[in-house]
Amino acid sequence: MYSLRRWSVRHARFMEALYNTVNPAILVTLRGITKVFGTKLDKPITAAEAGLKGLLFDCQMCGSCALSKTGMSCPMNCPKTIRNGPCGGVRPNGMCEVKPDMKCVWVDAWDGASRMKNSDAIKSIEFAVDHRDKGRSTWLKLAREGETVNDKEATNA
Amino acid sequence: MPDIIDKNVVQDVERLGTNPGDPLPMLDGHVSHGRFERVLKDGHFAVTTEIAPPDSADPDEVLARASLFDGYVDAINATDGSGAHCHMSSLAVCAILTRVGYSPILQISCRDRNRIAIQGDTLGAAALGVCNALCLSGDGVGAGDHPEAKPVFDFDSISLTRTLRILRDESRFLSGRKIDLAPKLFIGSSINPFVPPVENRVNQLAKKIEAGAEYIQSQYCFDLPVLKDFMARAVDMGLTENCYILPGVGVLPSARTAKWMRDNVPGVHIPDSVIKRMKQADKPLREGRKICIELMQQIKEIPGVSGVHVMAYRQEKWVGDVVKKSGVLDGRTPWSPNSAETTIGTVN
Repeated sequence: MYSLRRWSVRHARFMEALYNTVNPAILVTLRGITKVFGTKLDKPITAAEAGLKGLLFDCQMCGSCALSKTGMSCPMNCPKTIRNGPCGGVRPNGMCEVKPDMKCVWVDAWDGASRMKNSDAIKSIEFAVDHRDKGRSTWLKLAREGETVNDKEATNA
Repeated sequence: MPDIIDKNVVQDVERLGTNPGDPLPMLDGHVSHGRFERVLKDGHFAVTTEIAPPDSADPDEVLARASLFDGYVDAINATDGSGAHCHMSSLAVCAILTRVGYSPILQISCRDRNRIAIQGDTLGAAALGVCNALCLSGDGVGAGDHPEAKPVFDFDSISLTRTLRILRDESRFLSGRKIDLAPKLFIGSSINPFVPPVENRVNQLAKKIEAGAEYIQSQYCFDLPVLKDFMARAVDMGLTENCYILPGVGVLPSARTAKWMRDNVPGVHIPDSVIKRMKQADKPLREGRKICIELMQQIKEIPGVSGVHVMAYRQEKWVGDVVKKSGVLDGRTPWSPNSAETTIGTVN
């Protein structure tokens, strides 16, 4: 929802704190769930992520979530899906070149980032997304990546 | 005496190749075989311009359009479907220009091609003698005459810049597969310091340089204070140490067109004062050129600036005139096919 998405950017600091608190818990829970159920619950988990992030950020489920590095403004709402924006076409009033009724996602992103504790995260380069991940859950990806990292560490130890 | 002449000819062939379209020998510390890089690295104030690719399959039309700039510009940007309108491709225009020795800049937009096509085209361009590439995001398809087209945008300009650096510096595709002969391109990108978020545009520049941009051409500058502020911050951040910045300037034909451009061309910022000046002028065409000349002269004085990029859509015949009258070349005559004996960088 557009208005809620804009609210999330204006409250990027709060959203960042929330993310930092809640995210580890979500990942630990998901790690447990995936260990017990394997991939059986992937669909409802993905739907839950899409629902929650869709509501708050108009999340497009690119599968490579960068919200914490883009001032809580989802870059996939940019009509050019620019991951390191903005482009040079932003209107003088800060609105999108392609959709004149929408605030430029990246004007919002730099604004949101300036409110965040880690306001420099936006300055690092995000490489183009892997399109195979579209529609997949970033949470599950992180939970499973964590697993692989832990497994590797365990093997190394 | 004949010995000396022969020796010179041999040296020239070694230096220049037998055909003006042949790549120049690569100099130490250079990344490309191109003349544009040489001009900048020699410390000259460079002038670049833009060629409008024809709505035609006629190569002579390309050469005719390029010849308008002879002796006044160091490189010619071949636009890639600018304004999301269909024209002859940038790659083809560049290939035609390299045949006679021009130094074209291949503009690559992310709008129409995915990473497979772009990497292939980059190798092809280098194989055809292109030595410069400019990485752009590209205008949205809605801005053009095929609004029903599918926008690709697999990359943005920063991912594209990084990809070209990987092709060139690591001699591999993104997939990791090896490239036998890397495309030796001088790689640039663009910046628009004149539109929101103005205060963060310099951070965007920093990202482009970090991604691998070696030169930057900007959107039209009609607002000098904004550019000065932007450049001061860029210099403070050390961004001009490893990157050449060429602000864009334009030739306005009338107050009406200026207003139309401001309202309809994405990213063009023209202050009211400029439009007022055009409106009040007795001879708006001449005033438009005068504004351009003044801007070029003032831009040249800004610390950190390495050249200007003259964009004169439908006013191409005036590019030579404004460059000459501005005096920014300091009496230097850039290479043109008619002065083939002076291929290296500059002619004094």
